[in-house]
Amino acid sequence: MTATAQRPSTTIFRRPKTTEGFWSWITTVDHKKIGIMYGYAAFTFFIIGGLEALLLRLQLAGPNSDFLTAAEYNAMFSTHGITMIFLFVMPVGAAFMNYLLPLMVGARDVAFPRMNALSWWIFLSGALFLYSVIFFGDVTPPLGVEGVPGNIDPSDQTLLGGLPDGGWFLYQPNAGPAFSPGSAVDFALLGIQILGVASLISAVNFLVTIFNMRAKGMRLLRMPVFVWMTMVTAFLLLFSLPIIAVALFMGTFDRSFGTLFFQAAGGGDPVLWQHLFWLFGHPEVYILILPAMGIVSEVLPVFSRKPLFGYAAVVFAGGGIAFLGFGVWAHHMFSSALTPVAQAAFGLSTMTIAIPTGIKIFNWLGTMWGGRIRFTTPMLFAIGFVAMFVIGGLSGVTHSVVPSDWQQTDTYYIVAHFHYVLFGGAIFGIFAGLYYWFPKLTGRVMNEALGKTHFWIQMIGFNLAFAPMHWLGLQGMVRRTWRYAPETNFGPWNLAVTIGAFTIAASILVFMFNWTWSKRKGAASGLDPWDARTIEWTIPNPTPEYNFAENPVVTSLDHFWHMKYGEDTEGRAVRKDDADELVARLDHGGRNPKSPIHLPNPSYFPFLMAVGLPLIAYGIIFHEGIVGKVLIVLGAVITLGSLLGWGMEPLEEPHGDDGGGEHDAELVEAH
Amino acid sequence: MKGQERPVPLGLARDGADTYTRPMVQHPRRRRSEESTRPFRFGGVALLAVLVSSCSFIEIDSPLTTFEPAGAIADRIDGLFWPVFWIATVIFALVNIAILYTVIAFRDRPGRKEPKQTHGNAKLEVTWTIIPALILAGIAIPTVRGVFDLTECAPDAMTVEIIGHQWWFEYQYPDHDIETANVLVMPAGQDVCAVMTSDDVMHNFWIPALNGKRYLVPGQVTLLPLHAYEPGEFWGHCAEFCGLSHSLMRARAQVLSLEDFDAWVVSQQSGAPVPAEGTPAWEGLQVFLNRGCTQCHTVDFEDNNLDIADNIVPDPGFNGPNLTHFASRNVFAGAYLPYEGLSYNEALTQWLANPPEVKPGSFMPNLGLTQQEIDDLIAWMETLS
Amino acid sequence: MAETVEVAEAHADDHGGHGEHESFGIDNRKLGMWLFLSSEFLFFGALITSYMVYGNDTFGNTVVPREIYDIPFTSVSSFVLLMSSLTMVLAHQSLAGGDQNGTKTWLLATAMLGSIFLGGQVFEFYEFIQVYGMTLTTNPASSAFFMLTGFHGLHVAIGVIMLLSLFGMARRQGGLSEKHGMNLELVGLYWHFVDIIWIVIFTIVYLLGAV
Repeated sequence: MTATAQRPSTTIFRRPKTTEGFWSWITTVDHKKIGIMYGYAAFTFFIIGGLEALLLRLQLAGPNSDFLTAAEYNAMFSTHGITMIFLFVMPVGAAFMNYLLPLMVGARDVAFPRMNALSWWIFLSGALFLYSVIFFGDVTPPLGVEGVPGNIDPSDQTLLGGLPDGGWFLYQPNAGPAFSPGSAVDFALLGIQILGVASLISAVNFLVTIFNMRAKGMRLLRMPVFVWMTMVTAFLLLFSLPIIAVALFMGTFDRSFGTLFFQAAGGGDPVLWQHLFWLFGHPEVYILILPAMGIVSEVLPVFSRKPLFGYAAVVFAGGGIAFLGFGVWAHHMFSSALTPVAQAAFGLSTMTIAIPTGIKIFNWLGTMWGGRIRFTTPMLFAIGFVAMFVIGGLSGVTHSVVPSDWQQTDTYYIVAHFHYVLFGGAIFGIFAGLYYWFPKLTGRVMNEALGKTHFWIQMIGFNLAFAPMHWLGLQGMVRRTWRYAPETNFGPWNLAVTIGAFTIAASILVFMFNWTWSKRKGAASGLDPWDARTIEWTIPNPTPEYNFAENPVVTSLDHFWHMKYGEDTEGRAVRKDDADELVARLDHGGRNPKSPIHLPNPSYFPFLMAVGLPLIAYGIIFHEGIVGKVLIVLGAVITLGSLLGWGMEPLEEPHGDDGGGEHDAELVEAH
Repeated sequence: MKGQERPVPLGLARDGADTYTRPMVQHPRRRRSEESTRPFRFGGVALLAVLVSSCSFIEIDSPLTTFEPAGAIADRIDGLFWPVFWIATVIFALVNIAILYTVIAFRDRPGRKEPKQTHGNAKLEVTWTIIPALILAGIAIPTVRGVFDLTECAPDAMTVEIIGHQWWFEYQYPDHDIETANVLVMPAGQDVCAVMTSDDVMHNFWIPALNGKRYLVPGQVTLLPLHAYEPGEFWGHCAEFCGLSHSLMRARAQVLSLEDFDAWVVSQQSGAPVPAEGTPAWEGLQVFLNRGCTQCHTVDFEDNNLDIADNIVPDPGFNGPNLTHFASRNVFAGAYLPYEGLSYNEALTQWLANPPEVKPGSFMPNLGLTQQEIDDLIAWMETLS
Repeated sequence: MAETVEVAEAHADDHGGHGEHESFGIDNRKLGMWLFLSSEFLFFGALITSYMVYGNDTFGNTVVPREIYDIPFTSVSSFVLLMSSLTMVLAHQSLAGGDQNGTKTWLLATAMLGSIFLGGQVFEFYEFIQVYGMTLTTNPASSAFFMLTGFHGLHVAIGVIMLLSLFGMARRQGGLSEKHGMNLELVGLYWHFVDIIWIVIFTIVYLLGAV
């Protein structure tokens, strides 16, 4: 209790005080603001990745097209993958988790608010670093064996062609120093490395939040499924990111410092890269899809007016998918020279994933069965998720038949499969969540007519864009193909795909208009617009800065629903007489806390620290010149300096004489 | 908090919602229950229309199709694919019919009561765990057998060494001392074992009609058994992204009857004829010898005593296809050229005039050949049968 | 920002009330450190695996690490690192017993032992590079060796910096409080982890890998 007095209350900077305006966003440690920033950034990259996809589709609309150069096409499909995976689906998942996790477990913030801010700023700096390749990166012609340079037609060297072009998988040695000599691939390797740091910090933070910050009475099996899926995702991140970190370090060292890990000419093994990459890469798929599964598991019960069918089964199936997900990586490499035993083993382990996935699908169906289904926009997206994800899951089973996969791998059949999983799955789930929780951000609901228009255009566009890819793949269209021959008859189907892609783009425009319009003019939502079930809806919309005026006490799964509804003798839900009164009371009480509430103070250091990392990365890329060396030192000084400042900055400025001893804990409520 | 008008809960039918008594704000013009099902119907019909109209293309197979297996291995794979495909299709249909039925039958509508609050059913959970497991076990058995039967080459198989280059495949027949490119020639009815490696990055060799695909890894050797029942020509493609012109790295397999194959072997073992002096072909040969082509390309001449033969010792670092029997192959430039709408000679002219323009990144540079030089070269290359 | 939250007066219920949350009963920061270290285990697991992929092959005539290990020397430096775990425990015990001077002494001892280990590693690298001509770029085995031991060395170095920071704080503030004892515990966790990883590396890479 005496420690505070001995510590300096301000360190390098005066403690930021603003709660509004530009600086409040830079220095905030509020999980909601961080979640919103994550969300907008992710959506921006969704637009960028989508535009890249449209360019790809324009190129492929007909055979032997000249719309893009080969270099541009390769750069576009590579950055499309990197952007959608690392800069859209992952951070948008982080956005949902950031915003919702404390609300759903009944906490005022995450366990480590400043680390939360740090993870967001590191994400942003990594993303900007990655895309700064446009200004600082270069692509030079490929080198053949013995360092013979290839030839590029001058007209091929364009701005877009200068983006990283090794694919998101960055297979070695094609993405190694010999065959991708320009610095563009370095930006991809180091950018993903920085993004990984952000995800790792988030993962630790979310796990501790879930383990230690739940509201009183919220036992593990009373947590909303979204919280469970966040936990599973965080574990996946925790255990898969270090592996890709090692692979990325090796790749960077091969490129920048001459190590020989994957360089066949020096005795290295390119297949090791594949193992390391997919040891991360396959869990990554579940990192992308599990949050969406969590969202859907929240939305379906609300609009079926029934509890989630088989809650425990859904939860454990999610855990099972994650666990099995670490044992299937080599199914991405069936066409490498694995032994028959390994091929068979990975084929079988891949099949087993279908079982927990099936359990989820059937339980979602069971949730809707016998319900009273309201076709609101979030519900449409959630139903769309279930229907489309089934297709992606089943085509996944056909891949597990290893000899079939020898035909299918690296064709558009795979592209179709994972877009059904990641677009039909993850993105439909994300939109369900955006429509569903929009009131929590704004206090308004999104326009339903526009929302449904968005859904149907997207549904049609999505199937038009990705269903024909199954056929194209089985007809032998390989992936990452800049051109295809007229004799292949791929043309009409590809044209259909391109039209589908533009249809999706149109639906996204509808969404963006709806979002912008509804933010200002949407109908007021009140406290409980959907007649919801979970405790994030027991607090006013938009969410007050302190979340809960009083720490909630939870007595059951779907706590809020049970506050409002009882059951009659048949087991049918009956709204309690005082439910409306309760909602009004919650709304009023949530806005008027009985006593002032402590929140963690803002801080400059997370932002500053995040600035240091890309400087080090630039330094590594340009380490041969003096500028690079200066940048490495500068970046290290900024990072370590802000770490020191951070260490000396108490979480909360002292206020009065009580409880001071806790102030340098990460969060007062942490215990 | 102003505006107590709250559209809560959205989309729930008002009239007849007997157990649900709380006041709700309705959209002024339309009843929500109608609004919510109409787009649903419309969307379903539109989706169906798209699916039906797209069926018209379905009859046209691509030369790369996996649906027309032409050998024992590809046949076996095809036989594995279809049962699984149909199982998947049936499950897909059942699940989606169930979804459609559920959302239609249990949609909110006037008079619908609040649902019973069921939390789950242990018997159902067990059922839908075990049934998929059984189906998968049924799929697993033929899968495992297929894997063990299909990964290794037959002991009496003829060996072809396949070497991947950016961006073309080289084929060597060690038993016959033949070196060729782009077109893999093999006998019908006989097992062939492709012994593969790569010269630079990873490639992936794939002739869909003859087998699935297998990586070519630099510094390592991988095996791919191939088999064809009947003579014919089959298309192939490099399936792993291998750099700038990956999409133009293609392959052909030409399957010959045993007699034709033997004849092909004999013709390939002969050297190239030396053209008569003064002919366009002779001029073409001079272009070949004097404009740097020999840095990368080998041509074995019939007359080994010829002075010019000594010139043709490519730098090992530069590697281009062996051109001795260039004209015996119907495709060139990584089996990319010619394509439909571009004749052989037109394609060859374009290629020789500016290779990097035709094939980005190509290690064959633009030599600035004149049209006359190109014509002469083509005249000479036609003699390389 | 409709509601401005005044930070004025602590409400007893808001603050550190242990009954307010369902929790695993482990301090947040300690739990976070455990989770981080579980991730680190996989980081080193991947590095060690990579070394095992390459370490047992010789490439051409180049010199590979397993031919030139100085096992007696590395055994001594491993022992030094092992002892530093002991001094770390002693520092922790001293703090628990309220012995501030003892805490400071043992902290410094731990940092010293860690530095000695680092010095040994620098000497080893110097010998490998200068005497045997085996550098980062000689062959994949040497790449993997330097990568693995280098990243471990980096972890030790970071640990030494943290120990010295604790020592500095203890000096400046006249001792570490129980709250700072928490910090000592975190650094201790990290330090033990780094030691354990070294035991694994020493066993797998040096002892089992040596010719």
